[in-house]
Amino acid sequence: MTRQIVILGGGTGGTLVANRLHKHFSKHHEDVEITVVDQDDHHMYQPGLLFVPFGLAAHSEIVRARHAQLRDGVRFVEQAIDRVDKDRNTVVLQGGFELPYDVLVVATGATLAMDETPGLTGPGWMDKVFTFYDIAGATGLETALAQFDGGRLVVNIVDMPIKCPVAPLEFCFLADWYFTERGIRQRVDITYVTPLDGAFTKPVASERLTALLEEKGVHLVTEFNTGEVDGEAGKLIGYDGREVEFDLAVVVPMHSGADYVGRSEGLGDDLNFVPVDKATLQSTAADNIFAIGDATNVPASKAGSVTHFEGEVLVENIIRFMAGRELKALFDGHANCFIETGFGKALLIDFNYETEPLPGHFPAKVGMPLLKESRMNHLGKLMFQWFYWHALLQGRDIPGIGADMPEAGKEFPETHPENNKETASV
Amino acid sequence: MSTATYAGVNVELNDEGFFLDPTTWTREIAIELAKADGIDELTAQHWQVIDFMRKEYFDKGTGPTVRVLGKLSGVTVKDLYQLFPKGPAKMAARIAGIPKPKGCI
Repeated sequence: MTRQIVILGGGTGGTLVANRLHKHFSKHHEDVEITVVDQDDHHMYQPGLLFVPFGLAAHSEIVRARHAQLRDGVRFVEQAIDRVDKDRNTVVLQGGFELPYDVLVVATGATLAMDETPGLTGPGWMDKVFTFYDIAGATGLETALAQFDGGRLVVNIVDMPIKCPVAPLEFCFLADWYFTERGIRQRVDITYVTPLDGAFTKPVASERLTALLEEKGVHLVTEFNTGEVDGEAGKLIGYDGREVEFDLAVVVPMHSGADYVGRSEGLGDDLNFVPVDKATLQSTAADNIFAIGDATNVPASKAGSVTHFEGEVLVENIIRFMAGRELKALFDGHANCFIETGFGKALLIDFNYETEPLPGHFPAKVGMPLLKESRMNHLGKLMFQWFYWHALLQGRDIPGIGADMPEAGKEFPETHPENNKETASV
Repeated sequence: MSTATYAGVNVELNDEGFFLDPTTWTREIAIELAKADGIDELTAQHWQVIDFMRKEYFDKGTGPTVRVLGKLSGVTVKDLYQLFPKGPAKMAARIAGIPKPKGCI
């Protein structure tokens, strides 16, 4: 009998897992049908959203058809999901159609929860209050930035976790470059407003990135929990009563898991993320449910690189699970992110559950500089889009970048060994 | 890292005053910690938050963020700031004797 693998979500994780599994099962002539479900057929290269407001990328360059990224033989169903009924091993689609599964993969990412912040989408929304985390916002912001002749630009993270936690910092760096290029940098006041107690969550990188903000003349407001956005008056109001005034606000809204996760009894946590074993990626709700990428609750960055590295582990575990074998592959929390810093340069950070981002080189002693601005890292970031469409989604390995974090080129601190043993957590 | 004595118990703290070992915490210690942080009396609502934080920590391995506190502790975010004016997630974590909740990255 044909066994069914149903993958919810045709983004980075869903696509690469579908392609890798399909490659495996067709090579071994096993009777397995793979179905990918998504509510639309637009696959977005999400890292590209950062570049749209600055006129460095266009909508058409970063969106392709989801079905076209899947190998021939993988079924694509374009329909919204109503809920997962884990007791019946069935996905119920909106409209009532049902998809039974032997193995389910949740890969529906994170959703922007604009409604959780009063006033965010009220007066001033898409006029002087924007987000660049979706295509409408990023495109609207391109016009708003082009018309901005000076004043207070505020970049705000409402709360963690968010996708690509370095993106709002990159936005500040690029805004510094953009207004410098336009010759009006001295008329623009850029402020980064974060709920964290520094520029980043991990000590060594936070110190380096905080210094970089200062070098670029970006003001930093920390431990600010946005309770309300008043677009009319042009201010962010914190729960503790502090206010930050703006002429243009770029807000990264709260994130949740997909809504249907909330409608699926026992599948998600309070924020609709799917609790999984952080090493095997098997759901705690049922043995035949797995999750990948932004949709999970693992204490790693919500980022494409994490999803990519998880993919290798997840595919091996699903193959083991279907063969009745013990799950073995272990995900170490590996993340690898380029941080665009403007003026044709970028930083690179590489870390996992146990080791915070450290200086040094990647992947070994000779390689790309870590935690240091360079042109090479910027080129790496630009080149990555090609790898994304042509290698990563197709399930090919990227030379030199494996699932496990390499330690060879990193400079581990000698005086504070405990510093690199901090475990990231919510 | 440093050690301090609260309610007659020696405890180990990190540089920011968070407990290294949450099992050394007692309710008497919490009362002293709160006083040192400017809260003269811990009300029933304070305790509700403190107990919730410890439960979350022992269930999930980390203290909750303000957002999770607001959703699940039974106290609204606005009230949380009234109860723990220096920032509910950190201040309540310190008084509850659990490590500092970290932003997920």
